[in-house]
Amino acid sequence: MDRYAYSKRFDVKRYPGFLLITMVCLLILYAPLLVVMVYSFNDSLSITKWGGFSLRWYVDVFTGLEAEKYKRAAWNSLSIALMAATVSTAMATAAAIGMVRGGQFKGKSLSFGLISIPIMVPEIVTAVAMLIFFSTIGLTLGYGSILIAHIVFCIPFAYLPIAARLQGIESSYEEAAQDLYANRWKTFRFVLMPILFPGMLSGFLLAFIISLDDFIITNFIKGAGVETLPTAIFGAVKQGIKPNIMALSTLMLLFSVLMVSLSYIIGRTDRSVDSKSNKD
Amino acid sequence: MDEINTAISIRDVKKRFGDFIAISGMSFNIRDNEFFTLLGPSGCGKTTLLRMIAGFENTSAGEIHLYGQPLENLTPNERPVNTVFQSYALFPHMNVAKNIGFGLHMLGWSKAEIQERVEQMIKTVELHEFAHRKPAQLSGGQQQRVALARAMAPKPKVLLLDEPLSALDLKLRQQMRAELKALQKTTGITFIFVTHDQEEALTMSDRIAVMSAGEVQQIGTPTEVYEQPANRFVAEFIGKTNLIEATVTEVQNDSVVCKLVTGQTINAVTAQNHSEDSSGVSPSANIIAGAQGHISLRPEQLSITEVSSSSSGLQGTLGEAMYLGTDTQFDVNLSDNVCLTVRRQNSVENSNLPEFGEVVELSVAQGAARFLAG
Repeated sequence: MDRYAYSKRFDVKRYPGFLLITMVCLLILYAPLLVVMVYSFNDSLSITKWGGFSLRWYVDVFTGLEAEKYKRAAWNSLSIALMAATVSTAMATAAAIGMVRGGQFKGKSLSFGLISIPIMVPEIVTAVAMLIFFSTIGLTLGYGSILIAHIVFCIPFAYLPIAARLQGIESSYEEAAQDLYANRWKTFRFVLMPILFPGMLSGFLLAFIISLDDFIITNFIKGAGVETLPTAIFGAVKQGIKPNIMALSTLMLLFSVLMVSLSYIIGRTDRSVDSKSNKD
Repeated sequence: MDEINTAISIRDVKKRFGDFIAISGMSFNIRDNEFFTLLGPSGCGKTTLLRMIAGFENTSAGEIHLYGQPLENLTPNERPVNTVFQSYALFPHMNVAKNIGFGLHMLGWSKAEIQERVEQMIKTVELHEFAHRKPAQLSGGQQQRVALARAMAPKPKVLLLDEPLSALDLKLRQQMRAELKALQKTTGITFIFVTHDQEEALTMSDRIAVMSAGEVQQIGTPTEVYEQPANRFVAEFIGKTNLIEATVTEVQNDSVVCKLVTGQTINAVTAQNHSEDSSGVSPSANIIAGAQGHISLRPEQLSITEVSSSSSGLQGTLGEAMYLGTDTQFDVNLSDNVCLTVRRQNSVENSNLPEFGEVVELSVAQGAARFLAG
């Protein structure tokens, strides 16, 4: 008890101004989002004046003049996100196994750098580079180029949770499987993959969200006529913000929050299983 | 050696990890249907040797043969040996029955065959009620049984056990020793057991290889390694012993006369490895008068008697006594800096003990004093 009392004196909550600073930070972070969410239910055409509660802009998103455009953009976004997340998760899993289980090999740090640096490279640089690359090799810009780009920039995001999970898995499970007559593929399929699965799912969901939300790279390499939700929204905003954009943005936000929560819940339930196995 | 009776043949095996030499060269045979123990302190190379037999490590030099077949080019899943891991490595996402049946499933047994064998194994390790539990829902002892059943289900030619009892508490460990030994007897599978616990090795093994610093120090039955240690390391590592510096003064047929550092003289037998590699060498052949070494005296082979004027035995002052339940342990000071430990069984008969500080005489059991060169 004493020890806890002592440590409480250094509790961050007791620093002067803690509450105030926290509130200010949270306000700056979330107030704009809150405004968008609240005004998506605004009955008025204005985006600044409150005209009573209404769902008309949500109805407009699905049935209005631009509904067809948004539907196509949403379909592109979802199908690209699904495929990009799947392929990048598979590649990231292979990379993680190579990096974590490959022992010490020449160029290991370099490989790790090559995998993770894309996260730190300014997105605009990647976007320009990809545009130049695609036009150099003569690739027609469109759905295909977006998909390729999304697979590529999703790999590092999928890699991180998978590699983290793999580092926590003792290699003795794989040794035991091999000892019990499983070849490499069966060892992966029946032993490593089921144990690694929560990490793979986290990686998949993260890649999915990153792909779904990407604007800069997609905008550069999408070509004419192909839109994803973010580029469609940007296109609409250029002609002035209509409240239906707020409704659409709110829907996207809810979807993202749902995915991230899912990923978090999966990670947490999995940890509780681990801690149970450690009780002996 | 008869090839048919040899389960595993280790031939000039060496292992290096970069600059570190884990195994500096060893050759010996492990017999069919034998409970063979690799015993040594941590870092002696015993686990490395086990992992080379299982196929998880390559040999840097030399060969390992399994029933005459070289293992070198076989991956772990191609070797008919199974391992019980120190951490058990039970698959956390499979229940007990699935874990036990995993090897059979990989070998392509039919569903009915797998079910029958799994039920048989579950019965053998007495885990009937737990067949559908996940490993995380089992106690350490139960997990250990599952690991054993899983490794034995595919009927391996050789079972490798990597310190399987080290995670259990003392009582369970002692119980599992007897069970393991019985299991080995009934199944007839050759067991290779790795441990750093000399008591475990002595109670279970048919033969023990005592290892240190990447070398085999001695191979022999528990009695041989305990009673006839080949060198100072074995004498100190297995059980407790008193080591006293000594010089050989006279070499006799199968014993030597030694002068202890304290001035007394004692008759001692010489240590020789009686295993197959050194047979035919007469015991004291390579020991000459003037050789330096140590005399090893086991505490329980010394007994405290009253001083008699006629004897020329070891004399010393009685020091502290420590009551250990079944035994009492005494310190006897031969000189200011040579102190021997003596153990005496506590029984009704021995009652009148000399007092602390009294001069006593130590009688040494016949053949108990051993001269160890070096």
